[in-house]
Amino acid sequence: MTVNVTRRQFFKLGAAGVASSSMAMMGFAPESAEASVRQFKLTHAKETRNNCTYCSVGCGVLIYSHGDGSKNARQEVFHIEGDPDHPVSRGSLCPKGSGLLDFVRSEGRLEYPQVRAPGSSEWKRVSWDEALNKIARYIKDDRDANFVERDEKGGTVNHWTTTGFLAASGSSNEAGYITHKVVRNLGMVAFDNQARV
Amino acid sequence: MINSQNIVARSATTLPAPHARDNVVEVAKLIDVSKCIGCKACQVACMEWNDLRDDVGECHGVYDNPMDLTAESWTVMRFNEVETDFVGGDDVSREKELSWLIRKDGCMHCAEPGCLEACPAPGAIVQYANGIVDFDSNNCIGCGYCITGCPFNIPRISEKDSKSYKCTLCSDRVNVGLEPACVKACPTNCIEFGSKKDMLARADKRVNDLKERGYEHAGIYDPAGVGGTHVMYVLHHSDEPGLYSGLAKDPRISPVVGAWKGITKPIMSAILGITAFAGFFHYITKGPKEEPTDEEVFGEGDDHHRVSREEEHRS
Amino acid sequence: MTNHWVDIRNANLILSMGGNSAEAHPVGFRWVTEAIEHNKAKLICIDPRYTRTCAVADYKAFIRTGTDITFLGGLIHYLITTDQVQHEYVLNYTDASLIVHDDYGFEDGIFTGYNPDKHTYDDKSSWMYKLGDDGFALRDESLKDPRCVYQLMREHYSRYDIDTVSSICGMPREHIEHIWAEIGKMAVPHKTMTMLYALGWTQHSIGSQIIRTAAMVQLLLGNMGMPGGGVNALRGHSNIQGLTDLGLLSQLLPGYMTLANAAEQDYPAYIKKRAKQPILEGEVSYWKNYEKFHVSLMKSWFGNAATEENNWCFDWLPKLSRPLYDVLDTFDRMYKGEINGYFCQGFNPLASFPNRQKVTEGLSKLKYLVVMDPLNTETSEFWKNYGEYNDVDSSQIQTEVIRLPTTCFAEDDGSIVNSARWLQWHWAAAPGPGEARPDTRIMGDLFIRIRELYRQEGGVFPDPILNLDWDYNIPEAPSSEELAQEYNGRALVDLTDDNGNVTRKAGELLSSFSEMTADGRTASGCWIFSGAWTQDGNQMARRDNSDPYGTGNTLGWAWAWPANRRVLYNRASADTQGRPWGKEKAFVWWSSEQGRWIGADVPDFPLTSEPSKGVSPFIMQTTGGGNFFAGQSMVDGPFPEHYEPYESPIDNNPLHPNNPLARNNPAGRIFDKDRADLGSREEFPHAATTYRLTEHFHYWTKHARLNAVVQPEQFVEISHQLAEEVGVVAGDWVKVSSNRGFIKAVAVVTKRLQPLRIGDRDVHHVGIPIHWGFTGVAKKGYLANALTPVVGDANTQTPEYKSFIVKVEKA
Repeated sequence: MTVNVTRRQFFKLGAAGVASSSMAMMGFAPESAEASVRQFKLTHAKETRNNCTYCSVGCGVLIYSHGDGSKNARQEVFHIEGDPDHPVSRGSLCPKGSGLLDFVRSEGRLEYPQVRAPGSSEWKRVSWDEALNKIARYIKDDRDANFVERDEKGGTVNHWTTTGFLAASGSSNEAGYITHKVVRNLGMVAFDNQARV
Repeated sequence: MINSQNIVARSATTLPAPHARDNVVEVAKLIDVSKCIGCKACQVACMEWNDLRDDVGECHGVYDNPMDLTAESWTVMRFNEVETDFVGGDDVSREKELSWLIRKDGCMHCAEPGCLEACPAPGAIVQYANGIVDFDSNNCIGCGYCITGCPFNIPRISEKDSKSYKCTLCSDRVNVGLEPACVKACPTNCIEFGSKKDMLARADKRVNDLKERGYEHAGIYDPAGVGGTHVMYVLHHSDEPGLYSGLAKDPRISPVVGAWKGITKPIMSAILGITAFAGFFHYITKGPKEEPTDEEVFGEGDDHHRVSREEEHRS
Repeated sequence: MTNHWVDIRNANLILSMGGNSAEAHPVGFRWVTEAIEHNKAKLICIDPRYTRTCAVADYKAFIRTGTDITFLGGLIHYLITTDQVQHEYVLNYTDASLIVHDDYGFEDGIFTGYNPDKHTYDDKSSWMYKLGDDGFALRDESLKDPRCVYQLMREHYSRYDIDTVSSICGMPREHIEHIWAEIGKMAVPHKTMTMLYALGWTQHSIGSQIIRTAAMVQLLLGNMGMPGGGVNALRGHSNIQGLTDLGLLSQLLPGYMTLANAAEQDYPAYIKKRAKQPILEGEVSYWKNYEKFHVSLMKSWFGNAATEENNWCFDWLPKLSRPLYDVLDTFDRMYKGEINGYFCQGFNPLASFPNRQKVTEGLSKLKYLVVMDPLNTETSEFWKNYGEYNDVDSSQIQTEVIRLPTTCFAEDDGSIVNSARWLQWHWAAAPGPGEARPDTRIMGDLFIRIRELYRQEGGVFPDPILNLDWDYNIPEAPSSEELAQEYNGRALVDLTDDNGNVTRKAGELLSSFSEMTADGRTASGCWIFSGAWTQDGNQMARRDNSDPYGTGNTLGWAWAWPANRRVLYNRASADTQGRPWGKEKAFVWWSSEQGRWIGADVPDFPLTSEPSKGVSPFIMQTTGGGNFFAGQSMVDGPFPEHYEPYESPIDNNPLHPNNPLARNNPAGRIFDKDRADLGSREEFPHAATTYRLTEHFHYWTKHARLNAVVQPEQFVEISHQLAEEVGVVAGDWVKVSSNRGFIKAVAVVTKRLQPLRIGDRDVHHVGIPIHWGFTGVAKKGYLANALTPVVGDANTQTPEYKSFIVKVEKA
């Protein structure tokens, strides 16, 4: 037999005094007391295999997101834990990996292109078009002005040294490859990634 | 959902628990302190899984952070720098060496849980047949007697909702066949999880390994004073558990709590009403000066507050 | 890593030095704890501090920061003098027996060929082996010739006796003796030591040479190519290995190929210099295939525009007029106002580069700065005033900053390369926040816009832009799949064998770099990644974790470069007859029944080259052996030598007390301004070292609440003795200053730091974790690089973050 009472009702009953307290003590607790303290939260969440983005152990992670992949459900990551199949990590994650969720959902994540004008003390939101056109123009103008085809000895050098690029060793090979392909063939040489430091 | 049949003990309840379906495996978490690097993966995994976010605190001049268990940090690493006998081999120049003893602190899931025995709120603390001691916050009245009753000083009352919290041994995960979040995360295999039987065998093996490596006082921490625990330690210096940031040498439930065991408590409670009982209990265990205010017990500005006032008047 | 994470469990001894493996790579460290428990291995931890690694080590010892070559050089001396050497290995698998050039010499800390005015070795001609008339190196297999590598090495390290080591490193003799004795036990063929290091070895002006010294020890012990052996760099970022492999460094091309310098105008000469031929008869010297890889790259980049007639567009690639355009050089030029634009793609140089003040001034002189990042980095807001943590006047900074939001790992598909060279594919779990885009799309879109400007307006040397091969389905957003297949490579025409049979149809993906040709028939964007995505599909996405030999080698999990080999040089795990050195170390061996090399790994060796042919295991080397003598491959000497950090707590190099040129690395990377910014030990008496904590990842996780909770606030670590001198107790605030700036932080006062006896004085170390800054959810803090000097390793230009000098005061 279960007596359906909400938590608040239960307290109100409790306020009635001895009789209800005794009832509760004899088993007529609110429904939640009989349930598990908390439901398991991953049932039916979408599980995606990935790798931790921090150090280079390359631990396997399982990312859980809301929604089952239906068109109308916007995926939202809500839990990340280790991938037990991964031969190195075997389900484990360090304190950084265990906290990946708060990196993905950090309040410090950038959401829109922004520009800070010379001398300004604030950001201004811009469109992707505006941002990329501005950058493309900067690149072309500086490259055209400072590209060196031949050095003082007359040798072909075809390099551009007045703009530099730092690439991200937290990004994928594919991002790294296309970055190298673009940056090098603009003639850039002041080009490095975190491996240098 | 944990089947209610699996609850073998419930706080402040006289009705005997059903026992026909108790034939479940008793579980245990084993923490081999000799393998702990104090990385706090368990701390983070615990918060992440349980949707807890403690406050961003301050550095207090040590690695410990947060400095103590809180309602939102159900496990913390405790770091202690001590001089111990050198066991590293044939270097005669060393008699003593620095040891950095790091212990994961949290609920021990006692077989005889003092918290449950002390708790006056029906069903706020339950014990499952597999040995897990779980808090059901919905039923918690925030009186704090679980803290008094706990020989390990584990539960903490939340400042946000005035309810008591502690490690659940991830009962929600264990219930669906998974290991607790901290166990899974642990990078160095320092925390393991399985049946209590297997964990004891595993602990035996580890103790032998440590003895071979020169730790002659290595041993298992599974204190009999609380009927054994479902969280156990392997300690290299089991003769001095206090070295591990004050781990109790011979923990026991306070005799005062013991006196209220059995029928006395519910009857007294029934007579006096929950709050009055709670106050009385607090009086005899802590003395009158520390009696919690209504705000401490129930928080401010909601129905509970008024309810407790009414009750107080009545008693 | 020459080996891999799981392989650590095969070790009999683990030396954690130059890194804090438990702290920085806890999950990799799992395999250390496995080795300890299941292999009865011992863990030795050597560090300036008692670290989290020390907490579980069998033996720990303190060492003064920056003196690791001394300790390891002393170990070489000890191993040779006590004859604890793996003889068969050293004789057959190394260059020990080769005779060195007559003119090579070393005097009072300086090798032959030094130019003190330029601070470089500009004549390295004597740094080589002595060649016979046939062009092959001379050798003495008795190892007795005083000019053979073994004897020169013995002589070089004879100065590194135990008292010298003790006095320089600040380590008691007994501790050194104990550790050396433990390591010496690994000279038997069937025992191995693994070495785990990280930035604790790289971030020194002598960093590369520290690692060479470690490799020399491993060669003497016969531990290279062995399961449970190797010299293992535990790399820092999730894909720092991949970006290095893909050549995103100023002087590199993908696959460790190199750009030409300005003097290399002739294409055949460019190739010839790099297509290294063996200098011992019959050796593999695999780099001899350089042109195949280079031409395949150029076909990948320029497609039909790359022809034999135009040297495959050799002149379209930039050539280097300076030796290097590394970040130290770039920020020096930026500081001087010589840089107009700068891009930071997932990089936070304001926090990461030395001498933060110099970086701020440099960024302030830019015309434009583009930041692409998932997070609100300090660099992107370098112009914004954050009080004491970033005290700048925005109105005075004329740099236009454009900030683009990028997705993160959880929001894109692609592969990353872990420290063990495994390429692992991952899948997006959710879209990014707001309008965030993947880097691939940003770079693709940006390129299309630039190309369009050149098409419309013309411009300077547009050829490589207009002709860049860009055959992607959506040009503005190339997919990860397309890019992965491109770096893997494909046949451009039907490939045939010697008999004219088609071995690979036109358009098919290559299965390996061995299919590449130098005549333009194949394309591949990164030869060492060839095999990652073949006709059989995406090899990086494989998930078979079976370990059939019980060695921890899971060949079906993901894909490792090169050619899915998991332990480099693994031919060396067998003796000269092709038999395993020991039953428990069986890994790759010769099967006479099958007529090929077999075992738990893909053999890193010509598959059917039988042992009796005597081909040596180190197939990338011109000698076929592991080289004790570095030849000309290092810029600061063929044998590692101890030099003091540029900022040292002692006055001279105890090995060369009377030669000021040899106080610091004579070829270290330093510019005039930065030399002037070095401090004196009178003013800054304490050794300082920066490092990472396990709770945090660089400057990222201070944005993650969970990590901020468990390590919320900036601190520095000092000993009780230093705390007493300064007058503080744990929890007090201190100010730490160098000649370049200061930080304020909470003092962690600990027994885990002890003053070390160096010569006749006690040297204190100040430990400085780096993770705090002025953005994020953790407590705001000072960028630790306010303190560090702009001094780079001679070979890699990696800044000397691990050894500099400071003073500490009560704040």
